[in-house]
Amino acid sequence: MTAAPTTAALEFRGATAWRRNLRLHGWTIAVWLVLLAMVPYWRSLSEQDFKFDVQAVAIDALPLCFAAMAQAVIVISGGIDLSIGSLMGVVNVLSAREMVDMSFRHALLFSLLVIVLTMLASAFTGLIIVLTRIPDIVVTLGMLFVWQGVALWIMEIPGGGVPIEYSDLAVGDLGTTGIPNAAVVVFAALMIVWVPIRWLRPGLALYAVGSNRNSAYLSGIGVARTRVGAYLLAGVFTGLAGLALSASSGIGDPNSGTTYTLNSVAAVVLGGVSLLGGVGGLIGVIAAAYVLTLSKIILLLRGTDPNYANVYQGALIILVVVIGGLLTRKTRS
Amino acid sequence: MSGEAPLLDARGVAKNYGPVLALRSADLSVTPGEIHALLGANGAGKSTLVKCLTGVVRPDQGTIAVGGRAARPRSPMHAAKLGLAPVFQDPALVPDLTVAQNFRLTGSSVGAVRSQLTAMDLSVSFRELVGDLPLPILRMLDLARALTHDPQLLILDEITAALPSDLAERVFAVMRKQREQGRSVLFITHRLAEVIATCDRATILRDGRNVETMVPQEGGEARIVEIMLGPEAARAEKVASELDEAELPATEEAAEADAEPVLEVDDIRVGAVQGISFTLRRGEVLGLAALEGQGQDELFEALAGQRRLEGGELRVEGKAFRPRHPYDAVRRNVVLVPPDRLLALLPQRSVRENVAAPLYNTPLRWGPINMRDEGRRVRRAVEALDIDMRAAKQVRRLSGGNQQKVTIARWIASGFAALLCNDPTRGIDVGTKRQVYSLLRELAEDGAAILFFSSELAEFPLVCDRVLTIYGGRVTAELAGAAADEASLLQAMHGLQLDEAVA
Repeated sequence: MTAAPTTAALEFRGATAWRRNLRLHGWTIAVWLVLLAMVPYWRSLSEQDFKFDVQAVAIDALPLCFAAMAQAVIVISGGIDLSIGSLMGVVNVLSAREMVDMSFRHALLFSLLVIVLTMLASAFTGLIIVLTRIPDIVVTLGMLFVWQGVALWIMEIPGGGVPIEYSDLAVGDLGTTGIPNAAVVVFAALMIVWVPIRWLRPGLALYAVGSNRNSAYLSGIGVARTRVGAYLLAGVFTGLAGLALSASSGIGDPNSGTTYTLNSVAAVVLGGVSLLGGVGGLIGVIAAAYVLTLSKIILLLRGTDPNYANVYQGALIILVVVIGGLLTRKTRS
Repeated sequence: MSGEAPLLDARGVAKNYGPVLALRSADLSVTPGEIHALLGANGAGKSTLVKCLTGVVRPDQGTIAVGGRAARPRSPMHAAKLGLAPVFQDPALVPDLTVAQNFRLTGSSVGAVRSQLTAMDLSVSFRELVGDLPLPILRMLDLARALTHDPQLLILDEITAALPSDLAERVFAVMRKQREQGRSVLFITHRLAEVIATCDRATILRDGRNVETMVPQEGGEARIVEIMLGPEAARAEKVASELDEAELPATEEAAEADAEPVLEVDDIRVGAVQGISFTLRRGEVLGLAALEGQGQDELFEALAGQRRLEGGELRVEGKAFRPRHPYDAVRRNVVLVPPDRLLALLPQRSVRENVAAPLYNTPLRWGPINMRDEGRRVRRAVEALDIDMRAAKQVRRLSGGNQQKVTIARWIASGFAALLCNDPTRGIDVGTKRQVYSLLRELAEDGAAILFFSSELAEFPLVCDRVLTIYGGRVTAELAGAAADEASLLQAMHGLQLDEAVA
């Protein structure tokens, strides 16, 4: 046999630490910088008081933030959910119909119930995907129509309402600080729901399954369990998104969720989460939701024809993703 | 030894995937304190048996007992808890997480893994993303993790394939330590020399059954091959290999007479390559021998148009060759058989589509392309290589050896001037290897120019007319094929002066 050429210790050192950190967090930082860069331009266009304006943006972005967070969880685990918007709509009409005559306390308790129901509904979708082995995109497409029908069945035409204090959770601000509740709620959800999970085993399992399903399986992770878990967790955020719609608009509308599905995917992509799975985080996605909302508002302030506004938005998304892609390819070498 | 209860006793294990009987009935018995090899040609059922033992699939029939107690592993992790720790060819590590996160995910103690690595004289930063680390390091990490389970039976599936010799040595040391501690190792490999050097017993599978369990040192490679291939095939093999050896001197003369240069490499620099020059001529097989990371991969990539040169020049048939894309190389009839089959194949497409793929993008050297020709060419290539067409609808269903034949068949069908083979026999069974050797020699005789790299030194004298050794990014020696024995090659590969004077 061949003689051992060396018995000295073999050491392997790869990319330097800062390069690695840049690769992991660079995109998130960049999206927040883009958001900050947009602020001066926005201020120059708006004639409103700053506090008022910040409130408006936060409220407007709230449902999208939650929808994007839900989508991000699923995409990170290697899937995609086209039914998020429709499920949001169901939550919206259900809560608006029931909360009309409720007290604030009851409304809060009912919200908890609604979130649990949404989790189960979302997990149900995940279970179908895992048991039938039909790709996510097909199953969630079907569920899109199912939830759409359910929403119309619950409430045919817009109506219902929510208690004022409940509405204030979305549209008010925190005590005397002037910080919009809408922003607080998003970050509270991030801290309470996502952060603990992300850094423990279940969160790692989500990333592992999204990164390489086979390696995850060989490592001993219950892949099916994890995928359903992703949908269960996303259900929390979808529930919050629907409730946010109720709180901020004050009514239930069966068609309210329609635009949120594709916008959530846009926010996810813009936020640095790879559609292939296993890469990215929720902080960048939240910033991306704000960027999308703010860009829409900027276009409105400029008086752009609403028909063209979408074109500009789409172009912005493509531009950011292309630049991001080129930069990440550089750091990968 | 014979009085002890077996550590692993698998009987009558059978598994079929629909109509395909991957495993008919296999028995495997491993005693404590032994290194046991599991051998067999591709398609014999080795990998299926291992998957049954390690819980990746559920066997249709059969019993498995570990240490006398019945065991039904439900998953690789469960198998590890039962005392059977597997290390697969594809490391069970997720690319987008760091090493530390991967271990946390599977509940392996980071400290325990690190001490296993230190015991192997290795050190790896656990903050690295798994996707950034090279495959040999990942294999060693996987091995270290398996060892933290303190397994009764360590199952190593083709672990030494694509491992440089210094890491392979560490693996053998681990195997010997297992044995000393009264535990065992199940060693699955195609490298018979390693089996003879390290294993106590070997169980050989053929056609889904175990045919014999023997002591490898008593029969030697020839006996093992005979059992693996079966009596008739072995006889045919013997004749073929005798023919091979008889042919060698003849082709040496042929190569010198036909000295037209096909590929000229002039002082090139790329990656670890610091200045390599050589000429590849028609009708010859030129071997490249090197340790891991001496620049051979970059060299192949540059010649195949996958990578830009940093310095130096290339010429194909006398004319300057500056490929910016694999297409440029293919167009000049310089084609590549890469070390990773999966890079060369379209896995979900059929054999015919894979073999015909290059026909659609390059003008043939020997005439214009005719669509009606395709079927004929594909058929001819398939016959020439004796490709098993049972699972022909999807190439990913073929065994490793057959997949490798498809990657070579592509170029046979479309024609070429220079064939660059980077480790073409990695991870394929002995029978197919022999077919590949004789095929390469045949092609050279028909006028092709072949560049051949292998990580198995024993192959060079069988296949090559001359061998160049590379060390430190430069050519250190040139040996005639017949003179390229392991000892001389190793010396030159380490940059040491050869005992005899070489041209």
